[in-house]
Amino acid sequence: MSKIVIKAENISKQYRLGLVGTGTVRDDLKRWWYNIRGNEDPFLKIGEANNRAVKGESDYVWSLRDINFEINQGDSIGIIGRNGAGKSTLLKILSQVTQPTTGKIYTKGRIASLLEVGTGFHPEMTGRENIYLNGAILGMRKDEINHKFDEIVAFSGVERYIDTPVKRYSSGMYVRLAFAVAAHLESEILIVDEVLAVGDAEFQKKCLGKMNDVSKGEGRTVLFVSHNMAAVKSLCNKGLVLKNGQVFYEGNAHNAVANYLSGDSESLNHKKFGSEYHNEQFNLEEIFINPKGKTSDEVLDEYQELEFNTKITFKENPERFHLTYVLKDEEGNPLFTFSNVNSGIQFRTGSNHLKCNFPKGFLNIGNYFLDCYIIEDSKKTVFHEPDILNFTIQEGQRDFGAWLGKEPGFIKPVFNWVQV
Amino acid sequence: MKQEALQEEHWDHVIESRTSLFDLRLKEVWHYRDLLYLFVRRDFVTVYKQTILGPLWFFIQPILTTITFTIIFGSVAQLSTDGAPKLVFYMAGITLWNYFSTCLTSVAGVFNANAGIFGKVYFPRLIMPLTIVISNLMKFGVQFLMFIIFVLYYYFYKDSIQPNNWILLTPVVICLMAVISMGIGLILSSLTTKYKDLNQLIVFGVQLFMYATPVIYPSSSIPLDYKWVINLNPLVGLFDYMRYAYLGIGQFSTFSLVYPTVFGLGILALGIVFFNKTQRTFMDTV
Repeated sequence: MSKIVIKAENISKQYRLGLVGTGTVRDDLKRWWYNIRGNEDPFLKIGEANNRAVKGESDYVWSLRDINFEINQGDSIGIIGRNGAGKSTLLKILSQVTQPTTGKIYTKGRIASLLEVGTGFHPEMTGRENIYLNGAILGMRKDEINHKFDEIVAFSGVERYIDTPVKRYSSGMYVRLAFAVAAHLESEILIVDEVLAVGDAEFQKKCLGKMNDVSKGEGRTVLFVSHNMAAVKSLCNKGLVLKNGQVFYEGNAHNAVANYLSGDSESLNHKKFGSEYHNEQFNLEEIFINPKGKTSDEVLDEYQELEFNTKITFKENPERFHLTYVLKDEEGNPLFTFSNVNSGIQFRTGSNHLKCNFPKGFLNIGNYFLDCYIIEDSKKTVFHEPDILNFTIQEGQRDFGAWLGKEPGFIKPVFNWVQV
Repeated sequence: MKQEALQEEHWDHVIESRTSLFDLRLKEVWHYRDLLYLFVRRDFVTVYKQTILGPLWFFIQPILTTITFTIIFGSVAQLSTDGAPKLVFYMAGITLWNYFSTCLTSVAGVFNANAGIFGKVYFPRLIMPLTIVISNLMKFGVQFLMFIIFVLYYYFYKDSIQPNNWILLTPVVICLMAVISMGIGLILSSLTTKYKDLNQLIVFGVQLFMYATPVIYPSSSIPLDYKWVINLNPLVGLFDYMRYAYLGIGQFSTFSLVYPTVFGLGILALGIVFFNKTQRTFMDTV
């Protein structure tokens, strides 16, 4: 039987929203008054589940609520969840940056947390000095760092700059050095939060390889928080899905990822409209995107063929109108425009369901926004709704060791290649 | 550590929602002593690297303050210096006071100044105030050296002051200064994280407190009626000591150090308890 190294019992964390600093004296006094009379903290009874999208009634929210889990030695756990699901709070509690409001966590062995690489790096100091300082911040003794120094430098690949102040480093070098220090910390439990966002492909591979060694080879435990599903799938053997501060799913990593992504169906791939887009000429009813042969509840990934659907009803003269979409990236920059104007497809009176197919692998991973236009007589805009739909293309499954990040660009069409 | 539910198993560490007020984890601080050393070293190294004049600034500020005080309080207001040369008299006060006030304000602001690092990684938080108190010794050391040079000058060339064997006790007095400033600073630090307005009050309060301490006047010039109030101030004995040991003026006995010692240790203990309670959840409020 494998040994349990982390056991969490009823972990909850309550936060107070709004402007911290107003009214706290009053609440403090109330709390204190309840305390001295031996009553329970009155503010623990209130508070609501943390759903950032819904405006709550109380100022107190539970960022985490009654979390229970056990982690065995040598496991690597991917902790996944949407923004605000409580991932970071959980990691903060585990790494003792903050205290839980209720509950206990029992741990065995030293915990090293990499919530942000390079914490405590001082820009004026050299790489060498920073290795010592950062190592000490992470809890290493000086002789331990001495012992590992060469290994750290070799792993980071910045030998040449080791006696240069780190302010002269490129951001990639900075991260390399910082990760190298943390990775060589001899801890039984390693907590990693989104370090893969930076660094080049080669280094990313090295980091994942190292984390893999750490968990599989050395029998240490890794807790890994990431939004990169491909990384979670290839690195972790178990997954913990958090949703609104509660454990939504716990189990093997593949199922966890699938569970997380399907639980994400309220993502805005599908929009049904009421009467907001009704007028004398037409009623815009529905816009949705689905992978070919699947419903719009499914996750869109980079390897699928996508179908852009529009449902619209015309009352009269439908042939005078056509539909135009502008696809934009997450910063709102227009990428391209597509339209049915020269497609040979015209609207009919009554209901229309138009489908536009995007070939496999056309869109790169990322977040996209769609603006919708309806044009009359090819010149007059009669309808314009910016950001009518917002969708995300996820990473598909990749081989272990392959680059897990996002390639530059927004489209990655597969062209015809010929050997001549 | 409570382990009723899991008695049969051995856990290295338990993260709990409630911990005893007196669970100070000082052993952990000891384990991280290398970090303390490295932080202090960082402060040393970076002072030299960031500015052209570097540590020279340590001299400039107290020299200008001393000259100003000599002119304003000595010549214009004509406050008594108990017959000691004005320059060394003010310097003795300012050197000691600067150390106290910098330590106090930096320690009081320790959470806000280090929110970034505290929010990312755990290490015993007490390391940070300790770093402040020790790093500031460097600045103090430079200023103190300058003071000693003036003392030697007045002793050998002017023969107007009478340093005595009491100067051997200087390290003890400096330690007391560190202990008291850190103690008060720690208490304030835990209050400022919750009530930000206090930051303003501290800056202002420290200034006022200087006038309640014999920095610019000898304690002999305090009217007898107010003497008991001033004597509540634990710093009085320490400033009296400086003047007595190095300049040979005023009154001083071993007993004058008893009150600061008792006060200092008491306030430090209280400060650590306060600080420790705050550090557990301050990330949520800061």
